[in-house]
Amino acid sequence: MRAQFVMSEIGVGLRRNLTMTIAVVVSVALSLALAGASLLVRDQVNSMKGFWYDKVQVAVYLCNKSDAKQYASCSGGAVTDQQRTQIKADLLKLPVVADVQYENKQDAYKHWKEMNPDNPLTGVVGADGLPESFRVKLKDPQQYDVIASAFAGKPGVQSVEDQRKILDNLFGLLNGLQTVAFGVMSLMVCVALLLIVNTVRVSAFSRRRETGIMRLVGASNFYVQMPFIAEAAFAALLGAALASGLLLVGNLFVHNWLQPRVQFIHFIGLPEVMRVIPLLVVIGMGMAAVAAFFTLRKYLKV
Amino acid sequence: MIRFDNVSKTYPKQNRPALMDVSLEIEKGEFVFLVGSSGSGKSTFLRLLLREERPSQGAVHVLGKDLGRLSNWKVPHMRRQLGTVFQDFRLLPNKTVAQNVAFALEVIGKPKAAINKVVPEVLDLVGLAGKEDRMPGELSGGEQQRVAIARAFVNRPMLLIADEPTGNLDPQNSVGIMKLLDRINRTGTTVLMATHDQAIVDQMRKRVIELDKGHLVRDQSRGVYGYQH
Ligand SMILES: Nc1ncnc2c1ncn2[C@@H]1O[C@H](COP(=O)(O)OP(=O)(O)OP(=O)(O)O)[C@@H](O)[C@H]1O
Ligand SMILES: [Mg+2]
Repeated sequence: MRAQFVMSEIGVGLRRNLTMTIAVVVSVALSLALAGASLLVRDQVNSMKGFWYDKVQVAVYLCNKSDAKQYASCSGGAVTDQQRTQIKADLLKLPVVADVQYENKQDAYKHWKEMNPDNPLTGVVGADGLPESFRVKLKDPQQYDVIASAFAGKPGVQSVEDQRKILDNLFGLLNGLQTVAFGVMSLMVCVALLLIVNTVRVSAFSRRRETGIMRLVGASNFYVQMPFIAEAAFAALLGAALASGLLLVGNLFVHNWLQPRVQFIHFIGLPEVMRVIPLLVVIGMGMAAVAAFFTLRKYLKV
Repeated sequence: MIRFDNVSKTYPKQNRPALMDVSLEIEKGEFVFLVGSSGSGKSTFLRLLLREERPSQGAVHVLGKDLGRLSNWKVPHMRRQLGTVFQDFRLLPNKTVAQNVAFALEVIGKPKAAINKVVPEVLDLVGLAGKEDRMPGELSGGEQQRVAIARAFVNRPMLLIADEPTGNLDPQNSVGIMKLLDRINRTGTTVLMATHDQAIVDQMRKRVIELDKGHLVRDQSRGVYGYQH
């Protein structure tokens, strides 16, 4: 196969129907950008899960002075030293528990301020307003129920909270975003495929004279189909390049604009984007080449 | 070289067969005219040789191969050993004479050096030396057909198939084309030509095969066009 010959054929073909080529490039770019975005959101969720699930534990909140009316198990007022010791000993006895850390009111207040730097309540809520707690790390984070059923309602225990639940809302939102991106992407992929099929068809029609001669003089199917497939794949490559550009711009936006505003999340960045880009190139070109191939099977018979 | 064994061809959705029980053999090096009125099945005959169509019944052998048993992917290689010329020349209007001929070699993957060598040779052979860089639109019909013949012959095929090559040409140009085909035949290439041109057939006195409504009605060596037409 003479590369120069093929390249000049591709150039001629793409310029011949420039508008169609542009439509293909743009639709492929959008599909791939959405595909890339949904892959990156998944990476983001996984990275956050890894990061937070490690840190976030089951919190066993102990009774505060003010909890007596609200919680039956706190009817005796603030947790006593004896109850606290008992609870800790009981926690450590459970086989699912890996580690137990005690957090007093001052620490709780400090952490709360860190997580909510701009909250106007910071001044109002004093250290006294927050409960002390045991932070329980589980061998298996799914075993939350064991702690909940054993300790909820015990004297001196205000409540048991699986902190992962809070994160799950966030992850739910991100997963929702990912699903939406995926849905829109599927539509865009359909549009892109239809455009590719149509472009190849138009291209095959406008070059039927050439292909007719090629078949006549005994060009192999590969030679006859190659320019069309290469043409579609090349348009897809342009689309993939555009999609990669969009993802890189998105990455800049996240890191220069979003990250300073949302500091408690660590956003994934360039390495992950760079890992997705080759995938997009391969998927885009492969998709276009396969679509072109199946279109040609119908239009260029031996 | 060519053998038809009881070949019939009926096109889909047609009740009359285009070819009906045709059997014949053509030897290597022969020059054969295929005559018959319009719709008698000449082009169908030639398309079966190129395996553009497949027979409904019977077997077609070309260059010792049974085309019915030839798998699809081998068809291009088979066609490289055939040259084909048509009434409408089938040149690429946006390529020069030399590029048109070179195209046939490029698309079968011939190396550049070989192409640069054989293209001027074959253009010289067909009498187009000096016109390599003309566009087809700047040539007379006879010259365009010479380009088409050059393209068909550049790969030195064993068999040259021509479907009414003089159909669009005036008598003078037709004679020129026939002289060229005769020269090609003398190099050992088998030539099979479908034609309506009575003067040419009568003058050349080659083997004549006549079809009538798909039936083989005459196979005559050193024949003439016919009497009833
Ligand atoms: N692709 C096709 N589909 C259906 N019928 C066809 C097809 N090609 C040819 N025929 C029919 O087959 C018969 C033979 O046609 P063919 O083209 O072989 O004749 P021909 O001898 O070459 O005629 P002409 O001298 O006009 O070129 C005709 O009746 C024609 O209508
Ligand atoms: Mg015909």
